[in-house]
Amino acid sequence: MMLVAAIRAGDEQAMAALYDRYSGVVYSVALRVLGDTGKAEDILQEVFMQLWRNPSAFDASRGNLAPWLAVIARNRAIDSLRKRRPETDIADVVVAVQPDLAGEAERTRCMEKVRGTLGAMPAAQRQALEMSYFEGLSHSEISQKTGEPLGTIKTRIRAGLLTLRKAFAT
Amino acid sequence: MNGHEQYAEDLTLYALSVLQGEERTALERHLEGCAACRRELDQLRGDMALMAIGTAGAKPPARSRVRLMEAMAREPRRVAAPRSKPWWALAPTLAAAILAVMAVFFWRESLDLEHRIAALQSQSARQLAELQRAREIVTTLTASDAMRVTLVAAKTPPQPQGKAIYVRDRSSLIFLASNLPPVPAQKAYELWLIPTSGTPIPAGVFKPDAHGSATLINPPLPAGVEAKAFAITVEPEGGSTAPTMPIVMMGAGE
Repeated sequence: MMLVAAIRAGDEQAMAALYDRYSGVVYSVALRVLGDTGKAEDILQEVFMQLWRNPSAFDASRGNLAPWLAVIARNRAIDSLRKRRPETDIADVVVAVQPDLAGEAERTRCMEKVRGTLGAMPAAQRQALEMSYFEGLSHSEISQKTGEPLGTIKTRIRAGLLTLRKAFAT
Repeated sequence: MNGHEQYAEDLTLYALSVLQGEERTALERHLEGCAACRRELDQLRGDMALMAIGTAGAKPPARSRVRLMEAMAREPRRVAAPRSKPWWALAPTLAAAILAVMAVFFWRESLDLEHRIAALQSQSARQLAELQRAREIVTTLTASDAMRVTLVAAKTPPQPQGKAIYVRDRSSLIFLASNLPPVPAQKAYELWLIPTSGTPIPAGVFKPDAHGSATLINPPLPAGVEAKAFAITVEPEGGSTAPTMPIVMMGAGE
């Protein structure tokens, strides 16, 4: 986590190196949520500027940077999609995840596994998870759209995420 | 989930930032007191990170990088505040100082016996003064009304540290410093007592040893001055009557 320490000291080159490493992760998820390259670029800019302004928001002792940036980017993209003020303080976001996502090779392997796992899920479970994750829809909104009971939607979203977790559990 | 299954589904929706209203308020209240659910929340965010990684593949255009670099250049470089060590980090130094005082005390004590045999009353008197001074030092170090002030560097690494312990009523000051960079030739550090009103008062000139450590014990000070802060500047070896800018270290009373 030398890069994070350098950013804390105000090192722009460290920030550039970090951008080169993780901008793809941040941009991809924002683009998937917003479906618009311009808006995804805005999220990319916002997420990295937040880190630049407040590097101590990321606590290296509580997780790795790549998954943290990915979750912040997803949440900011949803806030933008739903045209609402940011709901969570980035300093409150702690991400605990099994695979080490720092290296590009590991991330590529992980990406393929996620896609495989999503593809193998029952269609209704995947749909509920994706509507909630990529569209920021609440269980009641999904229930209205699909006509399924609220409780079923809640269960499917949770089951979907847990299926993903289990696929990575060693 | 350790028996918290009733919260599990709401926790998932909360992690996804789609839980609203009363359900959200109730869950946030529960989270404050439930470490198991907070851990599960971290795990759920981990699952969310996996979902995000699953979207990977798109590359941002080169202009995004330029835009970020320009935005960073426009904003002042932020420097993290030096993380000040707790005062007890200086405990080994304090312990060493106390041991040194005690060593002097015992040494003087044995001398004192010899001098009694020789009936050297004057030596004994000096002895008592030394002992009194040592006792004052220990009393100051341990006084409940001692003002404890941590001074940290104006610039970050390598984190010089200074600890001033000051008892106003007795004008007693002990100052311990560590990790100080060496001073240039013919220069020395000078400690300043910054009173609540009036100009800074010289509180001793010192040079750090090879390890960057320094100690000042009871430098001459005017009686009963109320201090709001202590500061260190670099001065000529003989010391100055007014500080020469810049202040290299400073700390206000806790």
